[in-house]
Amino acid sequence: MKENKKTIIVFSNDMDKVLASFVIATGAAAMGDEVTMFFTFWGLNVLRDPKKKGKGKNLLEKMFGWMMPKGVNKLPLSKMNFLGLGPILMKYMMLKKNVQSLQEMLKQAQELGIKLVACSMSMDVMGIKKEELIDGVEIGGVATYLAEASEAGLNLFI
Amino acid sequence: MAEHFVDAKYLQCPGPITKLFNKIKEIPSGDIVVIEVTDPAFKNDIAAWCRKTKNELISLEEKDNIIIAKIKKA
Repeated sequence: MKENKKTIIVFSNDMDKVLASFVIATGAAAMGDEVTMFFTFWGLNVLRDPKKKGKGKNLLEKMFGWMMPKGVNKLPLSKMNFLGLGPILMKYMMLKKNVQSLQEMLKQAQELGIKLVACSMSMDVMGIKKEELIDGVEIGGVATYLAEASEAGLNLFI
Repeated sequence: MAEHFVDAKYLQCPGPITKLFNKIKEIPSGDIVVIEVTDPAFKNDIAAWCRKTKNELISLEEKDNIIIAKIKKA
C-alpha cells in the first residue's frame, strides 16, 4: 500500500459533492500525492464538454443526454436546488468568497497531474460517448479502479 | 539561498497549499518561501503540509488577520 496514493469515486453530479471531491483531490495532489478520480454514473456528467457532441446515439441515449447536466458548469445542488436557482446563488457566493469555481478546479486538477478516469460501463448504459468528454480523460473499468484503490491509502465514494 | 514570496491572501482552501506546492516545485532545495494567507485554517494546514511533504516550517505568525509562514524547501 502506498500512503501517497488517493482514489476518489465521483458517483454524484451534485455540484456541492463534486466540489468536495475536487477540494480533496487537488489538496491531496498539493501534498505531493498521486491522485486518481473515477467518474461513474451521474458523475460522468462532470466530464462532458458542452461544445462536443457524441455520435451515433439512439433515441433513448439522446434523451438521456438532453436531460442530464452537460458539463461542470451545469451541475445541480444536492439541497436547495430551487429549479436551478440554487446553483446560481452558490456560484455567486463562491465568487464573492474567493472559492475557486468548479471549472477552475477541474483545470487545476489536470495541471496537477490528477488522473481522470471515466467508467466505460456506465458510459455505455447512459449513452455517453468518449468524443463528448473533455480532453485528457482515460477510459477504465472496475479492474482499473480496484487495482488503483487497493494500492491507495485513501479511497472515497462521493 | 533566495527568498520567494507567495501571495495567497483571500484564497480559500485548498488555494493556498496548491499555490505553495506549485511554487516549491519550481525553486531549488534550500530556498525559502514566504507565504501570506488569510484562510484561518492555514495555521493547521501548513503544519500538516510541511509534515507530509518534509519541507521545513521555519516560522508562523499572524498579524492583522494575515497569517505569514516561512518555509524552507527540503
